[in-house]
Amino acid sequence: MAEKIDHPVKKVAIIIAKGSLEDVYAGLIMANGAVMEGIECKLFFTFFGLDAITKKRQNKLKTATVGNPAMRMPGGLPFPTLLGILPGVEAGVSAMMKQQMLALDVPPVDEFLDIIVAGEGEIYACKMAFEMFKLKREDLSDHVIDVITVGKFYELAAGEGSHIIFT
Amino acid sequence: MATKTYAGINVDVTDEGYLTNPAQWTKEIAHEIAREEGINLTEKHIQVLEYLRDQYLKGTTLTIRGVGKSGITDIKGLYELFPGGPLKKSSRIAGIPKPTSCV
Repeated sequence: MAEKIDHPVKKVAIIIAKGSLEDVYAGLIMANGAVMEGIECKLFFTFFGLDAITKKRQNKLKTATVGNPAMRMPGGLPFPTLLGILPGVEAGVSAMMKQQMLALDVPPVDEFLDIIVAGEGEIYACKMAFEMFKLKREDLSDHVIDVITVGKFYELAAGEGSHIIFT
Repeated sequence: MATKTYAGINVDVTDEGYLTNPAQWTKEIAHEIAREEGINLTEKHIQVLEYLRDQYLKGTTLTIRGVGKSGITDIKGLYELFPGGPLKKSSRIAGIPKPTSCV
């Protein structure tokens, strides 16, 4: 117990590198949870995770219905991969996921970023992935503070009681 | 579980200082718990506390987004009112259990 009190988590730097609905939300929920606990939080989006801070894409994230062995039908039966390839199935499943999350007060991605920023969470984009995807600054959410290198990210993540989380 | 005295009244609290019986709460108690949290309650704080209590007693799961949509304050405002613990500190001061939602 003393150990816990002596070494509280004071800061988290969360890396979101994947762009599927659940991967992005996992990171955002961790980030929001941190700021709600008074923990300083930096979010770093890279590779396909950049979709979450790309205005045109952020509210259109999907969950994969192919190659996802944990996917279940609403009744709990396994979700056949062959069903997942049919047109509209991925969109339908993703819409249902979003609806169920909203029922728990988990908002759409753009609104979630608003909430995290309201709690003084900071949002950064990865320079290399940003260049690779040929994005422009105006493509990104207005909440993005800067497009930064990995080196800069580690600088931002530094500090006692700071932890780096890769999702 | 422990007993604490706020504003001259004995109340039951959890190890983390949350009232176990929301019915024991009064505004005077709120002012004293708030002082422990380093907060001086204003009219705005009280409005948030009353909203939280109202929602809790209705059985609603409290979330920060819910408070943001209450019309009392936006989320940024909520962080300013209860720094470092918008939902946890406000719930404690409102005399209701520690929030159980992750959002």
